[in-house]
Amino acid sequence: MKSVEEIKAAIEAAVPGAGVKVISNPAPIAQHSLLIDAQHAVAVAEFLRDDEDLALDYLSNVTGVDYLDKEISEKVKVTRQVPKEVDGVQQIVDETVEETRKHVEPGYLEAVYHLFSVAKKHGPVIVRFRTANRSDQVELPSLTPVWRSAEFQEREVFDLFGIVFTGHPDLRRILMWDEFKDYPMRRDYVEPDDFEYEPTPHDDVLKRAQEHKAKVAAGEVSQ
Amino acid sequence: MLGDGILKGLVETARNFAGSYVSKERMTTVEYPEERLPLPEAARNFPFLVYDGDDWEKGLRCVACQICEKECPPKCIYIEKSKDKKPDYVGKPQIYPAKFDIDISVCMSCQICVEVCPFEAIKMNTEFELATDDRFAGLLLDRKQLSRSNEYYHQIHPTEASEVDARLAEEKAKVEAKAKAAAEAAAAKAAAAPAVGSPATPAAKPAAPVEAKPAPAAIAAEVAKAPVAATAPAAPKPLPGTGSDGTAPMSAEDKKAAETPAKPDEGEPKAQGEPKE
Amino acid sequence: MSASSIKTEKLAGWNRPPVIESDGEGELLEVAMGPHHPSTHGVFRMDVVLDGERVIKLKPVFGYLHRNHEQLGERQSYLASMPYTDRLDYFCSLTNNWAYALAVEKLVGQAVPERAEYLRVILAELTRIQNHASTIGFLLQEMGASGTPLMYAFREREKILDLFESLTGSRMMCNYMRFGGCRVDASPAWIEATRKVVSGLNSFVDEFENFLMTNEILMARCQGIGVLKPDLAVNAGISGPMLRATGVNYDIRKVDHYGIYDRFKFRVPLGDHGDIYDRYMVRMLEMRESISILNQALKDVPAGPVMDPKAKIRNFRPKAGESYGRIEAPKGELGFYLISDGSPNPYRYRVRPPSLINLTVLEDMCLGSNVADVVLIFGSVDIVLGEVDR
Repeated sequence: MKSVEEIKAAIEAAVPGAGVKVISNPAPIAQHSLLIDAQHAVAVAEFLRDDEDLALDYLSNVTGVDYLDKEISEKVKVTRQVPKEVDGVQQIVDETVEETRKHVEPGYLEAVYHLFSVAKKHGPVIVRFRTANRSDQVELPSLTPVWRSAEFQEREVFDLFGIVFTGHPDLRRILMWDEFKDYPMRRDYVEPDDFEYEPTPHDDVLKRAQEHKAKVAAGEVSQ
Repeated sequence: MLGDGILKGLVETARNFAGSYVSKERMTTVEYPEERLPLPEAARNFPFLVYDGDDWEKGLRCVACQICEKECPPKCIYIEKSKDKKPDYVGKPQIYPAKFDIDISVCMSCQICVEVCPFEAIKMNTEFELATDDRFAGLLLDRKQLSRSNEYYHQIHPTEASEVDARLAEEKAKVEAKAKAAAEAAAAKAAAAPAVGSPATPAAKPAAPVEAKPAPAAIAAEVAKAPVAATAPAAPKPLPGTGSDGTAPMSAEDKKAAETPAKPDEGEPKAQGEPKE
Repeated sequence: MSASSIKTEKLAGWNRPPVIESDGEGELLEVAMGPHHPSTHGVFRMDVVLDGERVIKLKPVFGYLHRNHEQLGERQSYLASMPYTDRLDYFCSLTNNWAYALAVEKLVGQAVPERAEYLRVILAELTRIQNHASTIGFLLQEMGASGTPLMYAFREREKILDLFESLTGSRMMCNYMRFGGCRVDASPAWIEATRKVVSGLNSFVDEFENFLMTNEILMARCQGIGVLKPDLAVNAGISGPMLRATGVNYDIRKVDHYGIYDRFKFRVPLGDHGDIYDRYMVRMLEMRESISILNQALKDVPAGPVMDPKAKIRNFRPKAGESYGRIEAPKGELGFYLISDGSPNPYRYRVRPPSLINLTVLEDMCLGSNVADVVLIFGSVDIVLGEVDR
């Protein structure tokens, strides 16, 4: 089978404009993956499936991953020109100050596809797509028209992570009930207060029991 | 002929039906609760705490290190350490668990607490007739309900228990040999007589603070001069849980199974479901 | 089926289920089969729209057994997830353990000693035999044989479960594999007992096959029903006996060369038509192949440790990275996808459930057939709800 770089070259030759990046995997198994931008997803997928050499006709696994917003603070040396009194005379002097700058790197949701070939018996080729952020731009094109096995798995990723797959024939919740709100597998998911008595609560169960007791005492929840 | 296949199937059924009157293998029903199948030796249900000697409070091996509490996947163990130290069976002051609760409605019998315990204090019981009508308190076993003697452990898991005893005796022997050597060295150093006030401090033992093994062996072994490691792993016990179950035990079990003619059946797994007459 | 002849058609939307028109007489009846149903292998619901007896539309609904296994995996350490993998496909706990151990071993590059590999193969093939026997038994029960063939299968299954209990401590929730080998070693007495059980399995499979596989009622009900075409099967991600019954030669034991399967000679049975009868024959033949593997493996189990002495049990922190490990479980391709960020808990822990993905084509297979056939087709997919819902 071709190496990841060769596959990248083949994709870029076949689907011009597809931004393909190799994400290397430091684990010993060295299953490197390709990050592809979302607009060309279906075109790249069709190329991977129909190409003579790759023949990746078997989509094995669709996974969703959640990456939270990261706050990055870095110390920067800033040189500014500041008016100062030097020997009784107002002058403009260079002053170097160390500042801490914080910025928020937006998190994203990711869909990872594991592809194998039944015809050629090779694999896996791992392909990833990322959304722009976690709040309002959470669409990705669905690969169900290319591989039917994505049908249920993309529904599950939608159900648990909230990625909206455009072009999916029947996108609705699959594991949770239809009226459920929120997306349980996200890293910042807060469970609803469905407290049940447990004789030996500790760790997070103890925390929830105490929160529930506080809520009952405040009159917000009726036992 | 149409119906051949059906006839062939019916012949098989008839053979089984007639055979169930004749051959014991075809009649596989065990009339519980009058007859019970003997459990194989390795069977496990819920944990229990081992104590040495006769008094369950004094002889409890558990020192409340809380490793099992941390490693338990469904977090069903709840431990409260004691404030004082009590001398254990051998006489060494140890912290003991003031509270040790296992919620067996949560416990999934995975045996991870047994694997990670460095003190051989918690083992798996085979009792399964634990039904009760109190949904919460009846299924919350406390320290007293969980304690069973070492003799009981020998009864339900004989090979495992004897091998644990051998390991603990060997550790104890090593500790006592070291202490004796330290005492002799101190006595030799002190010019005039009154030596041997030096208590057998286990400070001579190798580091590993949390996993340091005390020596509360059940068997008051004769102090051997040099530790003879017949079956157990090498000197300072490595990461708890690795060496114990992986390398040594089954070779010891093989030896025991070959040597001890006393209980031959319990060493062998029960493959057929035949009740003991 | 040669490799190059599998081509998917590029028609837009070709791989949607066909639309069936009702014949215009009477109303359409919408029935929910399940979740509380004796034939649905667990809590599973199928919303079928019926025209008389014919199925016009079928929507599978599940999630009743959803226990959020994947989020539990993120919350606890790698070792603590091992007992939870027992409960995924609760019939075949040892293969679930092996798949997870394989994924973690790939993540850290952990080697497994040879004796452990032999034990893993032996236990996995025993699991396969008892799973296929139970599946066939359940099929026959759903066809109306009222449990007798099922009890025959369970008689053998009890012998195998007794073996599991004497080795691992528990009949079904074995929790036996570890990252770097197996938890405890098997005594020579256990190997002897296993040999004894395996020697009786051939006659059991013969009896089982004679029992009902040439039965005219069974053949009329199973042949030609629930046909699945090979290219749809590959595109839909079907794996396991269901895929091989359509004629596609893809067995992960042969493709991925995991474990020590390369040392054993065994064949991969393939079907011709992809109907229910083929799936059951494939499972029956796979049982025979498993017996052959067991005989070869039990002949020379090497001595040695069953756990890599350098493997860590506690404080196990793999370096950052990810891995996807998969095995040929009795139900299909069971894979575990792990993303680690260097902490003791996984960052993302994903189970690729064969049962869920094999259900993708349930609608395609059932459309146009009767309600009674739906029960059989569904049984031939061989699902376990613990795996579908996790």
